[in-house]
Amino acid sequence: MDATLLSRIQFGVAAGFHFLFPPTTLGLSLNILILETLYLKRGDEIYRKLSDFLIKILALVFVLGTATGITLEFSFGTNWANYSRVVGDIFGAPLAAEGVFAFFLESMFLGVLVFGRKRVSKKLFWWSSFFVFFGSHLSGLWIIIANSWMQTPAGYKMEGGVAKLTNFFQAAVNHSTVERYLHTIAGGWITGSMLILAIASYYLLKKIHLEEAKVLLQKAFTVFAIVAVLQLFLGHFHSVEVAKYQPEKMAAFEALWQTQEGAPLALFGIPDTSQQKTHLYIGIPKLLSWLIYFDPNAKVKGLNEFPRDEWPYVTGPFISYHLMIIFGLWFIVLALWGWFLGRRKTENKLFLKLLLWSVPLPYLANTFGWMAAEIGRQPWAVYKIIKTKDAASVVVPAGQVAFTLLVFVVIYTLFFFVGLHFLKKIVQKGPAGELTGY
Amino acid sequence: METLQVIWYILIGVLLLGYSILDGFDLGIGVLFPFLAKDETEKRVLLNAIGPFWDGNEVWILTGGGALFAAFPKTYATVFSGFYLALMLVLFALIFRAVSFEFRAHSESGRAFWEWSFIIGSFLPALLYGVALGNVVYGVPLKVINGNIEYAGNFFTLLRPYPLLIGIFGLVMFTMHGATYAALKSEGDLYHRSRKIVLSTWWAFLVLGLLTFIATAFLIPGSLTRFLAWIAAIVAWLGWYLVRSYTIKGMDAAAFYASSLAITGLWGIIGAIHFPNLVRAINDPTLSLTIYNSSSSKLTLSVMLIIALIGMPLVILYTAYIYKWFKGKVRLEEGGY
Repeated sequence: MDATLLSRIQFGVAAGFHFLFPPTTLGLSLNILILETLYLKRGDEIYRKLSDFLIKILALVFVLGTATGITLEFSFGTNWANYSRVVGDIFGAPLAAEGVFAFFLESMFLGVLVFGRKRVSKKLFWWSSFFVFFGSHLSGLWIIIANSWMQTPAGYKMEGGVAKLTNFFQAAVNHSTVERYLHTIAGGWITGSMLILAIASYYLLKKIHLEEAKVLLQKAFTVFAIVAVLQLFLGHFHSVEVAKYQPEKMAAFEALWQTQEGAPLALFGIPDTSQQKTHLYIGIPKLLSWLIYFDPNAKVKGLNEFPRDEWPYVTGPFISYHLMIIFGLWFIVLALWGWFLGRRKTENKLFLKLLLWSVPLPYLANTFGWMAAEIGRQPWAVYKIIKTKDAASVVVPAGQVAFTLLVFVVIYTLFFFVGLHFLKKIVQKGPAGELTGY
Repeated sequence: METLQVIWYILIGVLLLGYSILDGFDLGIGVLFPFLAKDETEKRVLLNAIGPFWDGNEVWILTGGGALFAAFPKTYATVFSGFYLALMLVLFALIFRAVSFEFRAHSESGRAFWEWSFIIGSFLPALLYGVALGNVVYGVPLKVINGNIEYAGNFFTLLRPYPLLIGIFGLVMFTMHGATYAALKSEGDLYHRSRKIVLSTWWAFLVLGLLTFIATAFLIPGSLTRFLAWIAAIVAWLGWYLVRSYTIKGMDAAAFYASSLAITGLWGIIGAIHFPNLVRAINDPTLSLTIYNSSSSKLTLSVMLIIALIGMPLVILYTAYIYKWFKGKVRLEEGGY
C-alpha cells in the first residue's frame, strides 16, 4: 500500500474514533445546562445530583475527545503536508480560531464544573455550565466551517496552484456551513440525550435510583423528542444543499446513474459502479425530484453528467446515507411513541428496553452521515481544488505511516474498551454523592 | 505585510510562551510525580492541584499549532511531515497523558498503568519540545522537491548533540517550574520535598543554562550580536536568580512567578537569535524557511490578527479568574480540591 492510502486509512480511523465524543459532549452539555438552570431556579437538590452525575460522564467523554482531537490537528501537517500548503491560507484560520474562541472556553470552564461546586457561587457555577455549553457549540461551529469549506469552498481565488483567501466571511459562511452545522448539532443533541435516556431506562428497568431516573428520563426525553423530529427537516435542508452544490455527491447517495426528470427516491438497492446500475432497486417514483425542487417532474443530475475520473464512490455513500436516514426515522418513531405514552413512559417496559438498546444508533447515524459526506467528497480533498491523491506528504515513507496507523489502532481500541468500562462504572455508582475531583 | 509577518512571529512566540508557563508546570509535576508523591494522599494532592487547569493549559499548544498552520502554512507542512516519527511520539505521549487523569481516578486494578502514562506522557513532551526547538534553531538539512522546501534528514538527524542539549535544558526548566507550583499548592512533607527539588533543579538550570549559552555562541552564527537577546538573557537570569531567594524565604507564589519570568526570558532569547527564521537550513541558508517566504496572505494574517486581538484578552481574563477561584493549598477533604 502506498503512503497516501495508508494516510487516508489513518485519518479515517482517527477522525472516526474522535467523532464518537464531540457529539456526546454537545448533547450532554445541553442537558447539564438545562439541569443547572432548573437547580438555580428551583433549588431542588435532585437537579444538582443529576447534573453532577452528568458532569462526571462529560469529564470522561471530554478528555477522550481532547486526546483524539489533537491527532487530527497534527495530521494536516504530518500526513497531509501538500494539502496544508495548497489550502493553508484558508484552512488554518478556523482551526486557530477554534482554539482562541472556543476550546479555551470549554476546557477552562469544564475544570470549574468538575472541581468547583464548593468553590464558586451557584450563579458562577451556572455561568460555567453555560460557557461549557457555549464553548463546545462554538468549537463545533469552527470545525464545521473548516469541513464545509472542503465541501463547498468559497471566498478564495487560485494563484500559482495555491488557494488564497479573498473574503473571510464568504469562506466561513460558505454554501454548506449553516445546513451542515445545524444538522450536526442536532445529531449531537440526539446522541447525548439518547445516552441519558438509555441510562435512565437502565435504572428504571433495574428498579434502582427510581426518583432520579424518572426526572432524568422526562427532561432528556423532551430534548430528544423535539430534536429527533426537527432533524428530519434539518437533514432535508442539508440534502437539498448537497443536491445544489455537490450534485455528483447526491447522485451517488441515490445511485442516480443517468440524469432524470422525475427522479425516484431510493429505498433499497446494491449499486454496481462497473455496470452503472443498481441491483434489486426499490424506489419511490418522482420523490427525489419533489424533495429537492418541490416539483415531481424536475430534472435531477445523474452521474453521467460528470467526468468519470471525478465520480465519487457510489456504493459506500449510498449505503451509509440510507442507513443514517433509517436510524433518523427510528428516532422519530421513539419520539412519537414516547409523546403518546406521556407520563406512563417510565413504566412501559418495552419502551424502556428499546431506549436502552437504541443507545449505539445515534453513534452509528453520526458515523454513517460523516462517511457519506466525506467518502462522497472523493476524489477531492477540497472540492474542485485539490484531489486527495495530491494532498499527502511526500517525505513520509509508507512504512512509517503503517507503523503509526498500527499504534493508533492499538491505542484507540484500548481507549474504547477502557472508556466504556469506566462509563459503566460511573453508571453503576449512579447519581449519588458529590464530585470528588481526581 | 512585513509588519504582519513580524507580529505573527511574535504572537506564535507568545502562544508557545503561554504554553510553557501554564502547561509547563503540569508537565513538570508529571515528570516529578514518582519523586514527589510518597503515598496515595500526596498523589491525589498533586493531581488535584493541576486537575482544573491542565486541559485548558494544553489548549495553548493546540492554538499555537493552529496559529502556525494559519500564519505560516509552509513551515507547518515541512516541519510536521519532516519530523513525522518524532512528532508522533509526542502525540502518543500527549494522548496517553490526556486520558490518564480521568482513567486513573476511575481505575483500581490499572491505577499504576495510568499513573505511568501520566509520568511518561509528561516526560517525553517536556524533553522533546526542546529537541524540536533545538533542531529548528540549529538548523536541519532541507531540499527542494516539486518546488516545495522539504526536510532532507531522517529521525536520527533530530538527535544531534545541540538539540539534545536544548531538550535536556527544557526538561530541567519544566521540572523546576513544576516544583515551584507543587510547593505553592501543597503542605507538610510534600511541601518540603517540593522546595528541595526547586533548589536542586535550580543548580541544574544554571549548569545547563551556561552550557547552552556556550554551545549557542559557537554554533549559531551571529547569536551574540543580537541586542534583544542580551536583554532577554538578563530577564532570564533575573528570574532564575529570584527563584532561589523567594523559595528560601518561603514566598512560594513569588518563586513560581520568578520561574515564569525565567521561561519568558528564555523564549525571548530564542525569538531574538532565531528571527526571522522559522526553520534554519543547515546545508544551504537560501533554503531556510523564514517568516517572509512561508507566510499566508496579507488578508489571512490580518483576519487572524483581529481574531487574536478579540479572543486572547478574553482568554487571559477568564483564565486569571479561574486560577483565582482555585487559589490556595489543595485540601482533599474540601470536595476533592
